[in-house]
Amino acid sequence: MTPRLQAGGLQLAYDQRVVVDDLDVQVPPGRITAIVGANACGKSTLLRALARLLAPRKGAVELDGRALHSIPTRELARRLGILPQGPTAPEGLTVLDLVTRGRSPHQTWWRQWSKADESAVHGALAATGIADLAGRAVDELSGGQRQRAWIAMAVAQGTPVLLLDEPTTYLDLAHQIDVLDLIHDLNRDEGRTIVMVLHDLNQACRYADHVIAMKGGRIVAEGDPADVITAETVAEVFDLRCQVTTDPVSGTPLVIPMGRHHTS
Amino acid sequence: MAAKTLSPKPGPHFRIALPPLSGRLRPRLITVCAALAAATFLVVAWAVSMGDFPITFTEAMRAVVGVGDPGTLLIVRELRLPRAVVGLLVGFAFGLSGAIFQTMTRNALASPDMIGFTQGAGTAVVAGIVFGWTGTVSTQALGLLGTFVMAALVYVLAWRRGTTGYRIILVGIGLQWMATSATDYLVARGMQFQAHAALGWLTGNLNGRDWSQALPLALTMAVLVPAALALGRLTRTLQLGDDVAIGLGTRVQFVRLALLVTGVGLVAFGTAAGGPIAFVALAAPQIAQRLAGTAWPPPLAAGLTGALFVAGSDLAAARLFPMELPVGVVTGVLGAPILLWLLIRANRAGSGG
Repeated sequence: MTPRLQAGGLQLAYDQRVVVDDLDVQVPPGRITAIVGANACGKSTLLRALARLLAPRKGAVELDGRALHSIPTRELARRLGILPQGPTAPEGLTVLDLVTRGRSPHQTWWRQWSKADESAVHGALAATGIADLAGRAVDELSGGQRQRAWIAMAVAQGTPVLLLDEPTTYLDLAHQIDVLDLIHDLNRDEGRTIVMVLHDLNQACRYADHVIAMKGGRIVAEGDPADVITAETVAEVFDLRCQVTTDPVSGTPLVIPMGRHHTS
Repeated sequence: MAAKTLSPKPGPHFRIALPPLSGRLRPRLITVCAALAAATFLVVAWAVSMGDFPITFTEAMRAVVGVGDPGTLLIVRELRLPRAVVGLLVGFAFGLSGAIFQTMTRNALASPDMIGFTQGAGTAVVAGIVFGWTGTVSTQALGLLGTFVMAALVYVLAWRRGTTGYRIILVGIGLQWMATSATDYLVARGMQFQAHAALGWLTGNLNGRDWSQALPLALTMAVLVPAALALGRLTRTLQLGDDVAIGLGTRVQFVRLALLVTGVGLVAFGTAAGGPIAFVALAAPQIAQRLAGTAWPPPLAAGLTGALFVAGSDLAAARLFPMELPVGVVTGVLGAPILLWLLIRANRAGSGG
């Protein structure tokens, strides 16, 4: 069954500050969705709400027709995974230990290393290409390897829905592409529904099937990247003049910013 | 140095079909626990057989189980054994409690003696001594009360739409200094004999402990130790931060409250029985973590390290020096170099500390 993740009438706030108000969103099942927008536009806030890390003030997030807060948290953790931004592991924790913790929602007091746990952990290590790093400490890895290890943890969790908050932040360009290719594989090979917050519009266009562009806590435009990412949308969402052409490699929209010193 | 890589072997584990039991095994952790348990047993055995009235090891062991002449039985079972048992239990409680708080807050400094709990006990006991309540209320009851009131204050003041480990530490350090100041004031205000009694208790002393201190502690620990070890599984996700833990299906606030209650119970009854023996709750989990080579303070090994630490220090305090010292003096003197040595060794080996 393909998971249906959606939200209606969502109001999200930190203390008294309302960040998102009256927002409706439907996540296309089995696809990759990228949420884009300027800093402080509410995109990470929305992702946190979709992951039940932030309880909505009004409205509700629903998974397969049930409100998230009414689903027991362990059951939810078997259906929906979240990798927050910039997670930290205790010093000296090995990659194998970290990835094994992804199995927590499937484990009990007495059953802590079932055959299913073992195959999920090894599958995740292989899928992320870090099987040979299993015995290394997470904090000794390079940024790209470390992010792979965290993604492997989320993969081992085995959820049909996977939410990722800025999975490429702090990575150099080669490692960014590396992580996005990996996310693409998870979607195409395993059919997982993926929602991620991304900063880079061109990467969002290339890797996402569905783009949600946000500004001031509202969704300005959403849909196929080719339809959504236009010079007009970018101007509205980012207050940035740009030209949009076609990515010669992927055929998706390619945003070329102009700034104050260049004109077309 | 070439990076050492390991293939994803399953590693040592056990798995049986019926009942469906399985788990990963950590051989080094198991070895460390066994060695600590054996060493603790030897120290306790030594403590009950050595003294002004020497008893052979065999005689002492026979007396422990109730066989021997009345004199030996009295010395072993009523004088030496209760003191050794209190030391053992207090050390275990402090070590385990320290491991709980350090794991819960993801901070090695967050042991109960750093975030005010033991200082709360100290203020209550010293107030009892100075105001002369100790005739009606026992020192043990005051110690318990002080710890629980302090823990409740820390939890309530750190609460803001849930607690975080960081806020618990900050609030705890603030309250710790308030309690310390209050204790200092009471000591300064009290008579000389009261100040002397107060300082004696504040150092942590096992001299003259009998079964009336050992029994309540043993009964509490029979409940709290299994609870703490069972909660250990839930702390594994907590070590990755609240957001990741929630995403992995952990009820973070519930687990944190359960850990707090268990950890406070252990430290409260431990302090009530043995006084605030310095440094054990802070150092034992860190020493255990480095011995076992884990990335977190292992609860059982931390308890065993604490037990060995206090039992060994008390033996040293009673026998090694020309005059008998309170155990709290020795734990700091012995524990700090051990911890420093482990930290320096870890840094030299390049694995950090």
